[in-house]
Amino acid sequence: MLLSISTTYQPATDLGYLLGKHPGRFQSKELPFGNAHVFFPEASDKVCTASLLLELNPVELLKSGSNNFDGGFQLEHFVNDRPYVASSFLTTAISKVFGSALNGNCKERPELAETPIPLVAELPCLPVRGGEAVLRRFFEPLGYEVEATQHPLDEQFPNWGSSAYFSVRLRQNIQLQHLLSHLFVLIPALDHNKHYYMGKEEIEKLLEKGGDWLKQHPEQEFITRRYLKNRGALAKEALSRLVVEDEQAEEEETVDMKERVEKTKLHDIRLRAVVEQLKASGARSVLDLGCGEGKLIRLLMPHGQFDKIRGMDISLRTLQIAQRRLNLSDASPAMKERIALFQGSLTYRDARLDGFDAAALVEVIEHLDEARLDALQKVLFGHARPSTVVITTPNGEYNVLFEGMPEGKFRHSDHRFEWTRSQFRAWCDKVCEAHGYQAEVLPLGDEDETHGAPSQMAVFQRV
Amino acid sequence: MQIQIPELSLIALVGPSGAGKSSFAKRHFLPTEVVSSDYCRALVSDDELNQSVSSEAFDLLHYIIAKRLKLGKLAVVDATNVQAEARKSLIALAKEHHVLPVAIVLDLPLRTCIDRNAARTDRNISGKVIQHQHREMRGIIARLKKEGFRQIFVLRNAEEVEAVAVSRTKMWNDKKHESGPFDIIGDVHGCFLELKELLGKLGYKVTKHKERNLFDKHFGYSVTPPIGSNRKVVFVGDFVDRGPASNEVLRLVMSMAKQGTAICVPGNHDDKLNRKIGGSDVQMRHGLEQTWQQLATEPPEFLKEVRKFLEALISHYVFDNGRLVVAHAGLREEMQGRASAEVRSFCLYGETTGEADEFGLPVRYNWAKEYRGRAVVVYGHTPVLQPEWLNNTIDIDTGCVFGGQLTALRYPERELVSVPAKEVYYEPTRPFEAQAPLLSLQQENDDLLHLEDVLGKRHISTRLIKNVLIREENATAALEVMSRFAINPKWLVYLPPTMSPGETSVQPDHLERPEEVFDYFKKIGIRQVICEEKHMGSRAVVAICKDEAAALGRFGVQNEGIGKVWTRTGRSFFPEDNALESAFLQRFCKALSNADFWEKHQTEWALFDCELMPWSAKAQGLITNQYAAVGASAKAALPAVLSAMKAAEARGVEMNGFVNSYGERLAMAGQFVESYRRYCWEVASLDDYRLAPFHLLATEDKAHFDKNHVWHMEEIHAICNQDPGFLLATPYRLVDFEAPETVTAAIEWWEALTANGGEGMVVKPLDFIANRESEKLVQPALKCRGREYLRIIYGPEYTLPRNLSLLKKRSLGQKRSMASREFALGVEALERFVQKEPLRRVHECVFGVLAMETEGVDPRL
Repeated sequence: MLLSISTTYQPATDLGYLLGKHPGRFQSKELPFGNAHVFFPEASDKVCTASLLLELNPVELLKSGSNNFDGGFQLEHFVNDRPYVASSFLTTAISKVFGSALNGNCKERPELAETPIPLVAELPCLPVRGGEAVLRRFFEPLGYEVEATQHPLDEQFPNWGSSAYFSVRLRQNIQLQHLLSHLFVLIPALDHNKHYYMGKEEIEKLLEKGGDWLKQHPEQEFITRRYLKNRGALAKEALSRLVVEDEQAEEEETVDMKERVEKTKLHDIRLRAVVEQLKASGARSVLDLGCGEGKLIRLLMPHGQFDKIRGMDISLRTLQIAQRRLNLSDASPAMKERIALFQGSLTYRDARLDGFDAAALVEVIEHLDEARLDALQKVLFGHARPSTVVITTPNGEYNVLFEGMPEGKFRHSDHRFEWTRSQFRAWCDKVCEAHGYQAEVLPLGDEDETHGAPSQMAVFQRV
Repeated sequence: MQIQIPELSLIALVGPSGAGKSSFAKRHFLPTEVVSSDYCRALVSDDELNQSVSSEAFDLLHYIIAKRLKLGKLAVVDATNVQAEARKSLIALAKEHHVLPVAIVLDLPLRTCIDRNAARTDRNISGKVIQHQHREMRGIIARLKKEGFRQIFVLRNAEEVEAVAVSRTKMWNDKKHESGPFDIIGDVHGCFLELKELLGKLGYKVTKHKERNLFDKHFGYSVTPPIGSNRKVVFVGDFVDRGPASNEVLRLVMSMAKQGTAICVPGNHDDKLNRKIGGSDVQMRHGLEQTWQQLATEPPEFLKEVRKFLEALISHYVFDNGRLVVAHAGLREEMQGRASAEVRSFCLYGETTGEADEFGLPVRYNWAKEYRGRAVVVYGHTPVLQPEWLNNTIDIDTGCVFGGQLTALRYPERELVSVPAKEVYYEPTRPFEAQAPLLSLQQENDDLLHLEDVLGKRHISTRLIKNVLIREENATAALEVMSRFAINPKWLVYLPPTMSPGETSVQPDHLERPEEVFDYFKKIGIRQVICEEKHMGSRAVVAICKDEAAALGRFGVQNEGIGKVWTRTGRSFFPEDNALESAFLQRFCKALSNADFWEKHQTEWALFDCELMPWSAKAQGLITNQYAAVGASAKAALPAVLSAMKAAEARGVEMNGFVNSYGERLAMAGQFVESYRRYCWEVASLDDYRLAPFHLLATEDKAHFDKNHVWHMEEIHAICNQDPGFLLATPYRLVDFEAPETVTAAIEWWEALTANGGEGMVVKPLDFIANRESEKLVQPALKCRGREYLRIIYGPEYTLPRNLSLLKKRSLGQKRSMASREFALGVEALERFVQKEPLRRVHECVFGVLAMETEGVDPRL
């Protein structure tokens, strides 16, 4: 909502020329989402401060912006922090109100615009995802002296902890254009939010504003990812990747790149192991239960052994992504007959699951409440009864080996449990006894001597 | 000539082109009943003579016929049908749908056909073709019977065709006009004494005649129904074999049938006896040998009468406008009211797979497990220890001859009446299950729900709204929520409806006021309403049982504690804390026990609609991510803005009134924070929770929607008194629109409540389900929220006049319509649950509520 820029360059009032605003006047500009005002709380020869105030009206914001919210109504669209914080709205206002300065132009003082001068930028309410450390990682490499105060969520409820909001003061001898371009890129990157739909032009914008300095910045990748709101696909100019990846990425947000790579590796190991088991089982028809975006199906596809592959998932949205990724909509009739997807649930009996040689549930069961596993077990082993069933699930014992993972937490916010090896074994035994199967449980990933492998896989054979 | 056909039959017209089939069909049948091959040819190719598309045209013809027969509609096939192949496929269709195939043959002279065809201007078929067809007719009539046609009518010339009259007869099994009341009696198997005793217990008077062989009057007995009633007995068959007096049973039953006090369907044993008397070589086993000996003591004329009686028995009956079906071994829905050899065989023997069990008895496929029909099916055939309802069917053969009982089902009362066997007359080959199972037959059957019962576009008929439509996309979304987040569907027998606010207030600085809410009810003719304080917590439905045994008995749930607490969307209230949930339920249970609740309501379980405080207990995420965040950001930003503005103003800059307006905004941010804080407190243990029940939804056999809200409030107050530190009795006021002082008092009460930071109140018609004058359902409740509370919903600055004027343009139509439909579904779910209907029937309604909630509606309403 507010950005103040001060200088002690003499004469300080030249700041008015640099910004193209008269220090004596309260000036307003109408923007699509509200009004921007510029005024000078201080304007002496020694010190001059210009304030950019952006007024958003939440009611009007909703009226104009409701199309941006993909159809759903959520309470947060009506009551949110946007009117009070520094966000992409504010950076848009910077580009509209201080456009010349942002581009390094100044008619009255052209040399001054290209000269580093002592500048202080103040943001009374800057939302920072990731805390003070991230804030410093973003600004300090650029040469700023950073002062930051974090606000509590509610002083009456200390247990609720801190809010994401910081009062921030940034100080440096710097060209005004550079200060503004840093803010333009880093405010939305810190907020990790954008008020508008992001298209390819976002990449252009980023390259334009961050072109020179971003290349040198040690956090270049992190900033890019954040600025593009983690649309990894955007960075790769592949617009097909959407929501779900987004969610995953957000959850792993604070995880290091190293760990992220490891997680990806583990998932590949897991999928390859499942494919091997399915191949070895001699199955011709395979069900991928909880197929998600179709990663397993993609791996199964090349193997001629599988002449009927069906993917089921509970989420229609995920299935749409899978459909697109596997190019199923425009596939040949033969491929459509061989591979198909449908929505379904593992807690309801479903005749469509009958008559398959094998079924795979890769990282699925831990997304169900333990109490509902009884239903899953009856649906799958009692009624569908494929000859082979492959189930993978995390090994909870291994969690202690993940750096920075708090005790008692799970690897994914939707996991309802992460079993130890013996818990998984016990469940498998129960299933086998009740439904006439035999199961072998295997480790997935590199094994630790005491804690086992990061993931585990059970291979059930109908007796 | 008079042609009499069953009202449900497949009629094949047979005759060459030019025989006049189409004119005949037109004269005697509805245009929609007639499906012609020429018409189908035209439909697929625009040319009704195009022989090259015959295969497609006949596919279509068969498809239409199949649809009609499936729906129980007569169908007439207008095609030459001179080729055996064509007729064969029609016979197969009739068989598949269990309808009678009828052939009407127009065997007219060749000359007539050729002349007629030549006279036609619209088309012309060569004489050769007709000649060929005519030749194919030769000998056809003799073959039709063998091919499977059950009725064959032949018309030889134009005069005969002209003189024909077609009439339709009702199906023999159609007794839809008879609505009872009935006493349906299970397998008797010659247990005469028990039958007599049971009839006595049911109130029938049985008189034995001295002269026993006046067969034109009776067979030895006269039976009169209970005094002052028109009750009738319906026997499910198996009168004979194994028992001590099959002959006497036959005398009694046949007397009753003759006198019109009983309706009988045959059992497999009766059928076998019939064949024996008819001279067939049947094996004298399974008790037939006893029957045969007993009948040997009777005069031979009696045997002839028995033969007549058995021969005339119809496989099954459909009674009471299609609501009741009686068949010896039960009957699938698609066979009810139909006639075929297969139907008869099903009625007599049930469904077998050819498999035999360890006792050498045929393994029966339990058709009732998959029964989805609306008609109640009452049957016998397989002895059971205790009759149990399963998917609207019931087996009432309680094995009297094996030393069990002889049972009757009173219809429509659904009461069971039985008498014990006086002795074991016959050792059962397969022993009775000695121990009663843990779960009822229905619960066992309900163990898993079927996807097909919830997915796709659905119409749910409820008692309050005839037809509630669930859109496919909503069901799709609900499936995800239900599967990923909801509790065990065996607990989840109810979800509360959404609630609309009253009309927007006309007062300039309010969005909601009581006046508009009262006006709504007054206008639709409701005289009395109740105003209940609206607690600001989270909506919670609580299922609670006396103990775990009751949880198993009533909900079929094992090892999940004595109850469950769930949210508006079916999620567990305490997903990560079983111990807390268990302590919570124990505490509530104790209060119920102390209030003598279980005894008073004759129940071991109950379902309550409640508000659970504090709000912060369930909504912590929402509060910290959203409300506290808004407050924190406003309080960080606004003072900075204000001080910058003041500094500029001090310098002499004209600030255009902005300083004042930002002062105001800062104040409103403070009010906003105060508003949400009121509903938050830390929860460290059970003692920090408060539960405010406001509806006692259901107890054993009863859904309490027939009681008014004062009853609910008083019942609940009595419980709350037992543990006031935990249970919150909801304060309420009654308003009678004819007593203006009660209206004023309620408004003042609301003002005082909301001035103190209360959320507001909920206004309901005094009756739970209000009598409506129009077709539309009265809103079950309207909320009226306080000005400060609404700041949380509409934002800190909603009270600014420019914001308010925008917000006032809100539309309530969709919200209200949803509230009505969800209310109807909720009521239906519980009514079905207390009547012990299959879980899928309850789940369907609950799923429907969830599906509706996925509809996009302004969440601030």
